[in-house]
Amino acid sequence: MSDQSAQAEIVRNSLKRRYRKERRFRLYGILAIFIALASLFILFADIIGKGHTGFVKTTITLEVVLDSELMYLDDPTDADQRSMADFSAPIIAALQEHFPEADSAGEKRELGRLIGTYAASEIRDLLIAKPDLLNSTQSIEFPAHDRVSVYVKHPDNSQYSIKLSEQQQRWVDELLEKGVIDTSFNDVLFSRGDSREPANAGVLGAIVGSLLTMLVTLAIAFPVGVAAAVYLEEFAPQNKITDFIEVNINNLAAVPSIIFGLLGLAVFIGLFGMPRSVPVLGGMVLALMTLPTIIISSRAAIKSVPPSIREAAEGIGASKMQVVLHHVVPLAMPGMLTGSIIGMAQALGETAPLLLIGMVAFIVDVPGGFLDSATVLPVQIYLWASSSEQGFVELASAAIMVLLTFMIIMNALAIWLRKRLERRW
Amino acid sequence: MQTANLLPLVLVLAVVAYGLAYMRSRAVAAPLGGIRNLKALPVYYASRAALWCAIPALIVLAVWAGFEGKVIQGIVIATLPQDTWPESPGQASLILSQISNVAAGNLNPEFVPEHIAGAASVLEAMESQSENFKAALVLLVAVAGAGFAWTRVAPHINARLNVETTLRRIFFVCAALAVLTTAGIVFSVILETVRFFNRVPISEFLFSTSWSPQTALRADQVGSDGAFGVIPLFTGTLLISAIALLVAVPVGLLSAIYLSEYASKRVRSTAKPVMEMLAGIPTVVYGFFAALTVAPFIRDVAEMVGLQASSQSALAAGLVMGIMIVPFVSSLSDDVINAVPQTMRDGSLALGATQSETMKKVIFPAALPGIIGGILLAASRAIGETMIVVMAAGLAANLTANPLESVTTVTVQIATLLVGDQEFDSAKTLSAFALGMLLFLVTLLLNVIALKIVRKYREQYE
Repeated sequence: MSDQSAQAEIVRNSLKRRYRKERRFRLYGILAIFIALASLFILFADIIGKGHTGFVKTTITLEVVLDSELMYLDDPTDADQRSMADFSAPIIAALQEHFPEADSAGEKRELGRLIGTYAASEIRDLLIAKPDLLNSTQSIEFPAHDRVSVYVKHPDNSQYSIKLSEQQQRWVDELLEKGVIDTSFNDVLFSRGDSREPANAGVLGAIVGSLLTMLVTLAIAFPVGVAAAVYLEEFAPQNKITDFIEVNINNLAAVPSIIFGLLGLAVFIGLFGMPRSVPVLGGMVLALMTLPTIIISSRAAIKSVPPSIREAAEGIGASKMQVVLHHVVPLAMPGMLTGSIIGMAQALGETAPLLLIGMVAFIVDVPGGFLDSATVLPVQIYLWASSSEQGFVELASAAIMVLLTFMIIMNALAIWLRKRLERRW
Repeated sequence: MQTANLLPLVLVLAVVAYGLAYMRSRAVAAPLGGIRNLKALPVYYASRAALWCAIPALIVLAVWAGFEGKVIQGIVIATLPQDTWPESPGQASLILSQISNVAAGNLNPEFVPEHIAGAASVLEAMESQSENFKAALVLLVAVAGAGFAWTRVAPHINARLNVETTLRRIFFVCAALAVLTTAGIVFSVILETVRFFNRVPISEFLFSTSWSPQTALRADQVGSDGAFGVIPLFTGTLLISAIALLVAVPVGLLSAIYLSEYASKRVRSTAKPVMEMLAGIPTVVYGFFAALTVAPFIRDVAEMVGLQASSQSALAAGLVMGIMIVPFVSSLSDDVINAVPQTMRDGSLALGATQSETMKKVIFPAALPGIIGGILLAASRAIGETMIVVMAAGLAANLTANPLESVTTVTVQIATLLVGDQEFDSAKTLSAFALGMLLFLVTLLLNVIALKIVRKYREQYE
């Protein structure tokens, strides 16, 4: 009796410690989830914090006198004259209207650096398009210089403002007060391709490139993936060849994506002589990469179609192929589509293999077809993020937001499709 | 005619063949008393005609388009005068690009040697000839296929069987594409790797401790050999992957345990998808985060404590990579933990063990093989990850175990060696393929082991 009560005593005494351990263990679990969710939150907050200014552009609106004497230009249609003309002179003159005291050559140069570097060519293009504007006064909106733009967007950050001289800072403050420098929605971001100047760079080229690439990927990966899944689930005999194919698919799903870039480089470019940097090539490489994902999810969808459907169709005399094509595949289609959309979202965010097949080139024009040189959104983000200028970092975060928006839309579509179309048996 | 135009044209022809064969089969059936007297439905005669029209034509098109460039290049080189034949592949590609520039009109033919200008005109002629031949052949094959199918529209022929067998073969080819892809990968890395080992001995590649793949333009330049020792790259990869796993394994495992054993249904159904969002974020975004936020933060913190940290530390890349693979570890462990039979749980609880004791002493040991399999899969993913390390880890191959220093990885080197224009023949370019081969083998090995463990474990409880 005493022995038992002594044991019970030991157990009772240890209970407190054991419950404490229990609580601690539970706390670790909560902590782990908290860490994961907090990092997701920090990631989003960081990108939005860095990138929201990318959706804003800084402009300087000036009354420019397109004086022919100032520009040394009588005839804007004459290419020889144009090459000798000074198109930035009227801009500096217009700025001087605001600051008559800035008269020395050095001060003029400083004034000129408030405006983006492409401003002069903007005036040239305007005069080429409308030669009769020569000697007239025009109110033109110029993109501000990258440093001015950063200074205007982050007035409190001393790290950014030191890039302007104190005098320039005074000028900018004054122009801001007068309303000459203004900020507005950055429509350039969605209407241009890449540029050397942050104020002129946009993501449209990359979006179109991504779209073209994804179309090629979808056109290859979806039919092939579904066909492969149908074969493996419905027709494949139990033999060595089938096993070998299955092992291959499972392994391909785990091959690092950069290896697919090597494949594209050596086989598609090296062996078949395909052109570099084009959406067709990128789409083919990404299609091979996403195939395993699509095959695996399509197989799961086919598996979930109950055998009673097949048996009923066979019972009324359908051939095996008719059973599959008329009944199984249509019923499995929502699941297949969901898997494919998720696979496509993965492909949309993929960067590494595209670096190797030349889709990192600096491309200004928006691609017009499958065989035009192009870049894609994630690669554009990579290029901008590796640039040292603050303006490009901003653009990279803005582009990340655009990319994430596309991915969220795709995933939401997949979820909606699953909820809407999936049947429960 | 260009491939881009031929492809839709063939498809249109296939549709036309479909329509014609459909009408033909109805016409054949009409005098017999309706389509019930045909061996197959009109749809099958029509589908067969479309398949006969499209498939051979597409095969011809693919083969031609795949090899015309190489064949034409070979012929053009062969037409050059004997004494100007290129001595090396590098020279050949130089001459070829010159020729194609002249042919495309980018280069004035007067500025190049006469034989190049001659070759350019040969190239131009060959290309237009090839286009014409290709278009003619493809269309001929398509029409012939459709015509043959037309003659085979007859009541006693069962077109359904033909169509079904063909479709089945097409499905098989699609499934076999996975094998072809693997073969393509193996072929592309092995070929270049062998060429690489002809220049750099395999022992140096595997055992030398310095990596600097600069090859000189002139033979007498200082440091012209370049060093191709893979050890510093591999230690760098392992260092970053180890940091990543140190983050991902505890966080992933503990959150999986909490979500499957403790959390209420509501918490589970919200926390799980949100955590899975981490897996859906593109790696370039993580790279951006690591390079522009985490790395400077770590450098500042290290400076505050009085440590020297590089602005591209292994720690930053590793931490962020760890966050990236958390959902991977957690969903795999979740599967394994849920696969442990409920009876084991009940038995342990009935003996008076607390939930955490049950977890630690009963479920975890039972699930351990599966969890290890999951960790190996996560490790293979960490080793193969490219964008985070390209953006946040450095380029200098340091042989160090200090996570605050900058290291480089196998994937970073592959990417940097192959980005941009490169000569296809230098040891520098070829070394990237050797690294790719190494990466492929290591990740393959990890995957095979992991899948074996997971599968064996699953069988145990099924």
